[in-house]
Amino acid sequence: MITHPKTEELVRSVALWLEQIRPQLDPRNAFLARVAGNALATVERELTQGPAAEAEAVTLMAQLLGHQGDFEALNAELCAAIRDGRFTVETPGLLPALQTMARNQLAIDQPNYRPEGASARP
Amino acid sequence: MVTDVDVRVDVREGLERLAERLGGRGARLTEAQRLSGGASMETWAFSFEGEGGAERLILRRRSAPFDPDNTRAIPLATEAALIQATGANGARAPKVRHVCDEADGLGEAYLMVRVDGETLGRKITSDPRFDAVRPVLARQCGEALAQIHATPPPPGLALKSVDAAGELDRYEEVYRATGAERPILEIAFQYLRRHVPEPVPLVLLHGDFRNGNIMFHPEFGVAAVLDWELAHIGDPAEDMGWICTNSWRFGRPDRPVGGFGDYADLLAGYAAAGGPPVELSRVRFWQTLGSLRWGVMCLGMYLSWRDGVEKSVERPMIGRRVTETEADLVVLLEQGL
Repeated sequence: MITHPKTEELVRSVALWLEQIRPQLDPRNAFLARVAGNALATVERELTQGPAAEAEAVTLMAQLLGHQGDFEALNAELCAAIRDGRFTVETPGLLPALQTMARNQLAIDQPNYRPEGASARP
Repeated sequence: MVTDVDVRVDVREGLERLAERLGGRGARLTEAQRLSGGASMETWAFSFEGEGGAERLILRRRSAPFDPDNTRAIPLATEAALIQATGANGARAPKVRHVCDEADGLGEAYLMVRVDGETLGRKITSDPRFDAVRPVLARQCGEALAQIHATPPPPGLALKSVDAAGELDRYEEVYRATGAERPILEIAFQYLRRHVPEPVPLVLLHGDFRNGNIMFHPEFGVAAVLDWELAHIGDPAEDMGWICTNSWRFGRPDRPVGGFGDYADLLAGYAAAGGPPVELSRVRFWQTLGSLRWGVMCLGMYLSWRDGVEKSVERPMIGRRVTETEADLVVLLEQGL
């Protein structure tokens, strides 16, 4: 992959440009520009943190299900196991694994969100 | 059936006509500004000076076609009737000034007398202006809910009735239809189905009672309960659980009621205003269902963009807010109800 610039840097450059023009926009478009900037920031985090988050999810789901597989197949099988009642909140290791996966995804999608059980924003 | 609403009316022109209609001949508009634009609802603040002096009003109007078969939302005239009925019963509801008709040319709309205060959730949870009043807000919310719930629903409004099992069915159907596969949503459905609380007598609910839909005054607290479009008949704990759902705590998960108060104060206020006893676990059930509901709603908002119904960049980004509900749900499942 080309690194001058990296993909995430291209994304960040567009986000910075949106910030620059935002003061000239009407209130509705200024709001939408902020949302668009947040979308680009999410893309940037997914590019940089996504691979590790997915790898950890694959490892955790493979442990729960007892065999290897790719993310999509393991995720579908995990959903089916919960749906048909084979996995419940009592299943050893299930909630902690889901907790780790949720936190990793939150760090990409909404890093400022303070989830249930967390302390107040410092 | 989609009701026929011309969504491209000139609101400012309509407000000028309303000023004349309500303020008498020669009344003139002195202020008009759009406050917020939801996807389907507009709010305008406007003022006029007429024969009877100056009036400061809020216009709430539907700006997109309304499909009563595909939504939980009620017509705006029904909303106005509920605000009047609950207000007459002592609830802190805004005062309805006028329900618009065809002559007003604004489509579905009504006017309220403007109430001073703040609705932005983050200000209520964190602005120092609210430091003094914040400790009593959860109790006041409990009192406000008891008054709403004690209001006999006005006859002829065709409000929908909802119970916990029905809500789970409804949201699971929506979730399945999205085709999304999210293990935490799956296990939340499974868990909640196994913990559906015993039925209780159903009452009039606000339906969207959360920090963000309540006008708070920095000195007096709850000034008016707004945004009644999801009102329905249901379990009193549904309204209590929704204001405890973490998505509406604005960065203060340590304060379960709206990011400003504690469960005990909400329940005490409810009881003090004459509400029947409500178990905390019942509130927690509806709070958990609230997170699940918000997660499914976020998926739905993403789909409306994917399917080309909505084109705003907001919609796909709201889709990523499913993640916050998963982060909340997994903790709630670990804690138990």
